Amino acid sequence: MADNQRERELAMITQEFNYSRPGSLAEALKLIADGGKPLAGGMSLVPMMKLRLAVPEHLVDLGRIADLATITEDGGKIRIGAMVTYYAIESSPLLAAKCPLMVTAVHQIGDVQVRNVGTIGGSIAHADPAADWPASLLALEAIVHIQSAGGTRDVPMEEFLVDTFTTALEPGELLAAISVNADPAGAGSSYQKLVQPASGFAIVGAAAHVVRGGGTVTKCRIGITGVSGSAFRAKEAEAAIEAGKTPAEAVKGIASGVDANSDIHASAEYRKAMAEVYARRALESALA
Amino acid sequence: MKISVRINGSSREDEVEPRLLLIHYLREVAGLTGSHIGCETSICGACTVMLEDKAVKSCAMFAVQADGREITTIEGLASNGSFHPVQEAFWNEHGLQCGFCTPGMIIAVKQLLDRNPNPTDEEIRHGIEGNVCRCTGYQHIVNAAKAAAKV
Amino acid sequence: MATTTVAKTEKLVGKRIRRREDPRLITGTATYVDDIKLPGMLHAMIVRSPYGAARIKGIDTSAASKLPGVTAVYVGKDVVDVGPVPCGASLPGLKVPHHHILAQDRVYFVGHPVAVVIASDKYIAKDAADLVEIDYEPLPAVTDPEKAMTAGAPAVHPEWPDNLAFTYHQDGGDADKAFAEADVVVKQRITSQRLIPTAMECRGVVADYSTGDKALTIYSSTQIPHLLRTLLALMLSQPENKLRVVAPEVGGGFGSKLNVYAEEALMGWAAMRIGKPVKWIESRRENYMCTIHGRGHVDYYEIAAKKDGTILGLKVKIIQDLGAYHQLLTPAIPTLSVLMLPGLYKFQNVKAEIAGVFTNAVPTDAYRGAGRPEATHGIERIVDMLAVELKMDPVEIRTKNFIGNDEFPFKTATGLEYDSGNYALPLKKAMEIIDYAGARREQAEARKQGRLVGIGISTYGEICAFGPSPATPAGGWESALVEVDPTGKVTVYTGSCHHGQGEETTFAQIAADELGVSIEDVVVGRGDTSRIPYGIGTFGSRGTAVGGPALYYALQQLKEKIKKFGAMMLDSPEVEFANGECVCTKSGKTVGLGAIAGASYRAMKLPAGETPGLSVTYFWEPPNFAFPFGAHIAITEVDRDTGHVSVKRYVCVDDCGNIINPLLVDGQVHGGVAQGLGQALYEHAIYDDNGQLLSGELMDYAVPRSTMMPWVESSHTVTPSPVNPLGVKGVGEAGTIGCSPAVVNSVVDALSTLGVKHLDMPLTSEKIWRTINGSAN
Repeated sequence: MADNQRERELAMITQEFNYSRPGSLAEALKLIADGGKPLAGGMSLVPMMKLRLAVPEHLVDLGRIADLATITEDGGKIRIGAMVTYYAIESSPLLAAKCPLMVTAVHQIGDVQVRNVGTIGGSIAHADPAADWPASLLALEAIVHIQSAGGTRDVPMEEFLVDTFTTALEPGELLAAISVNADPAGAGSSYQKLVQPASGFAIVGAAAHVVRGGGTVTKCRIGITGVSGSAFRAKEAEAAIEAGKTPAEAVKGIASGVDANSDIHASAEYRKAMAEVYARRALESALA
Repeated sequence: MKISVRINGSSREDEVEPRLLLIHYLREVAGLTGSHIGCETSICGACTVMLEDKAVKSCAMFAVQADGREITTIEGLASNGSFHPVQEAFWNEHGLQCGFCTPGMIIAVKQLLDRNPNPTDEEIRHGIEGNVCRCTGYQHIVNAAKAAAKV
Repeated sequence: MATTTVAKTEKLVGKRIRRREDPRLITGTATYVDDIKLPGMLHAMIVRSPYGAARIKGIDTSAASKLPGVTAVYVGKDVVDVGPVPCGASLPGLKVPHHHILAQDRVYFVGHPVAVVIASDKYIAKDAADLVEIDYEPLPAVTDPEKAMTAGAPAVHPEWPDNLAFTYHQDGGDADKAFAEADVVVKQRITSQRLIPTAMECRGVVADYSTGDKALTIYSSTQIPHLLRTLLALMLSQPENKLRVVAPEVGGGFGSKLNVYAEEALMGWAAMRIGKPVKWIESRRENYMCTIHGRGHVDYYEIAAKKDGTILGLKVKIIQDLGAYHQLLTPAIPTLSVLMLPGLYKFQNVKAEIAGVFTNAVPTDAYRGAGRPEATHGIERIVDMLAVELKMDPVEIRTKNFIGNDEFPFKTATGLEYDSGNYALPLKKAMEIIDYAGARREQAEARKQGRLVGIGISTYGEICAFGPSPATPAGGWESALVEVDPTGKVTVYTGSCHHGQGEETTFAQIAADELGVSIEDVVVGRGDTSRIPYGIGTFGSRGTAVGGPALYYALQQLKEKIKKFGAMMLDSPEVEFANGECVCTKSGKTVGLGAIAGASYRAMKLPAGETPGLSVTYFWEPPNFAFPFGAHIAITEVDRDTGHVSVKRYVCVDDCGNIINPLLVDGQVHGGVAQGLGQALYEHAIYDDNGQLLSGELMDYAVPRSTMMPWVESSHTVTPSPVNPLGVKGVGEAGTIGCSPAVVNSVVDALSTLGVKHLDMPLTSEKIWRTINGSAN
């Protein structure tokens, strides 16, 4: 809820809705195909419903589908189910060892209670422009696994995020999991964040993921969130780093091409300037 | 719909509307008014309770989501007539003033110490980040968490 | 009669004693308003204006009324006979808009109550509230008080097109002459932004009407149960002796519950009309829109001084953003700023004026410090600016102008008489704790490395212990009733109405010491007008400083009576009362308080001229305010890239006179500092030009979190107040008042190498970043 709209609700009571709690993914997909709204951790959806900004008629609670809540590794790919909580990520030895960016990023999201309940799938599907995850997932070139009653499809994170509160999910589709690559040798990463002090969301969040080899940076990926309607990859800066530029050189104008948000917490100009600062810091830390 | 839960060790069943928030269920159906409501946006943490072994903000969940689960509220922390060490530490260290945020704050500190028995000041502050206190400036709460960690 | 009273000799006043109210609070068994459940209770939801200004063209409640479970829907015309929400402040020429409890034909601010739905369940009440159709014609609004003063600005109240509710002037000495004689004059516009008090418990009311005896009970989260009772009696035309107000457990107030609100009367009215209990619990969003805000100053300061730093005089113009209405004390708050303008300094020439301006916003009123933080911020900023102008150290300029220790009681240019003080002492102590010279050396080193490190000092004074009755709108005394029951147990009823301050403990300490009984034998009651004598309440750092002395004097009278009974029982006129017993100084025979109490109620025999029972009620009128003071020092560092301010160290030395319980005093200081720091760095109630509150919830209004607070190094000096027998001065607001100028002075100092001379709060990262980059916004 990064916006400030005029007529927001005064109370904390949602509209009436029907509630289903399927025990299997297949059952859930059927309910979603019939127009049901998936309820993951609810950390975004429930407050939106309380403010009656979201008024789903039918909630499909994914909380008891065990298959959606696992972290698995298969051949260098780590698959994280949509219902994996932030806390599960924060406390995952597998991720700490093989994809530490996920762990350092998650530690900066929300608070303990939010991390206990909030899920990675719920966050990404919600597509709040001030959410933290997209920066890191862009830098990790995550793949979003989508399922529906009709089948499955995979979408790169970059294509999944369309705009503010808008993703590539079609009606009837469910974000089932994401997957990221295990870090290769020589990898380094960092997530740096300018916190909106009231909400804890990111005014600007910058994630950097680099791979070094033979004294050079062989690969650099940068994800930036909070600045504009949707998180984005900073490809020119990535190329500059790969071409041997310093972080300070590489980040110049990193957000110049985006339509930056402006609100009571930060102007567009400040967001753009901070995108440079935090991207530089993320790069410096990732390269350190 | 019908839900069955265990709250502070006692089982109960209730017929609830799907939209009934867990905090309203606890306060108004189960009669446990120790957990409080301080906002609508899941920021303040006054409604924090334990759902199984995890601290959660009960204003951001529906009661139906807790069906079949075990809930511990502030009323369930003391046992055999003696306070939980975190409660005792809040009392000794003056970790509360108006008391409104206190039940949620105590649960948050309990969660922190369950996971990290010897937290640093910084870890304590990070651990109670999801709970707003307007009275204490948090300093005596940090002291209370440190004192409870020693027990 | 048996007694279990335990006599004791150990004194409790001055000890760090854990609080006696805490067991119920840490176990979740305390009862706040929302925890009250009465048989047949209905629930109210209020429909509020989404516009800053609009005409109400029509209201259709039919759909809402038809929803099953809805008892009633009321609108403005239903409650037109209820008296207005009262303004207790009187100023010459004050314009007072009629403040109906529900809007009539216009709304004046976002959140203005327009209709109320009452239903069997709050979920149904909410659904029905959504069905109330209101046809508005939006009108232009104005929320910036300076814009509101300009010609052609929208009129908040059409009958007063200049939006000016009052002007107020106060002169002391001859400021014009002082300025004419000055070597240097420094001027600065200094603002204190609108803040939202944010008590963690929002407001709430349960109204319960007994149709049989026509008696109304109001449970409200209030700081002032008796004043509320009187004013509600007038609003509702309900005999005051058939109106009971209970402030149950109150989850913080900070001044926001020192008021009489439309909803309190509305629920009382509805309960009387329906004949069933009605509950209304404010949401946080309502709290931010409809409960008073604080501060809201735009001030123009001018200070005149000699080259050597001697301050000659001060001129200040205050523009007070009042909001759309006057709540209980709204227009009086800036007059407290004027009183506080001389700070701790001895200059005798002050010229002050206030313009009180209506805006399309929720009213401002008393928020922690109430007028004094604004003034302290201004004077401590402008003195710092003067020091920069004269190339003096901020310590030196302050010390040079402090009122001397031998000058008390000291009459200020604004008509106050400061009770006692040793103003250099807390500053000296704070400088020792922080190693001021060392900190300056480190700052010089840091600057060589290009780092932006600042040291900021504020030396504040404040007016506490509100207050002598002539200086307050509704009486400034306080009451205490002390009762020893027939078994020897002690109950104290206080008219002050603590809500987190801890008087259940400190008053028990005082009573236990005076009566020589164990603290376990003392209970402190408060907050229920059916149980306690008329009282004023808790605000303005007055709980211990005014309620405490009332208790003390009640105890002295009680002790006299105890001695008379003791003398009778020991059959000797030579009797002393100590450690919970009367001792005959000749025979050494003793009789304990329990036995004396039993005898006093059994009343087989009474001392000559005495009445039965051991109960004393005392109303204490303070002869003066008390004036605490102190010094706060903040070391900050600014991140050059982002503008982020980190507070590296925070030292405060507060002098609140004698200390009853150091543990609780520290708690008050820490919490006060948090609210001062919140104002300095984060908090801002922002309205847009249409009157929309953009910082309308905790996601957008940044109260300090645990990770945002520095470690507060709190210490004290003790200069007893001669105003009251306890020697206490009050400490509830000190931290807030002392903090904001220390932090802002520190950040300005950090940026002084870039030529920065002043910054207005809050010092958000973006504001600092723009300052560093030379692009004002």
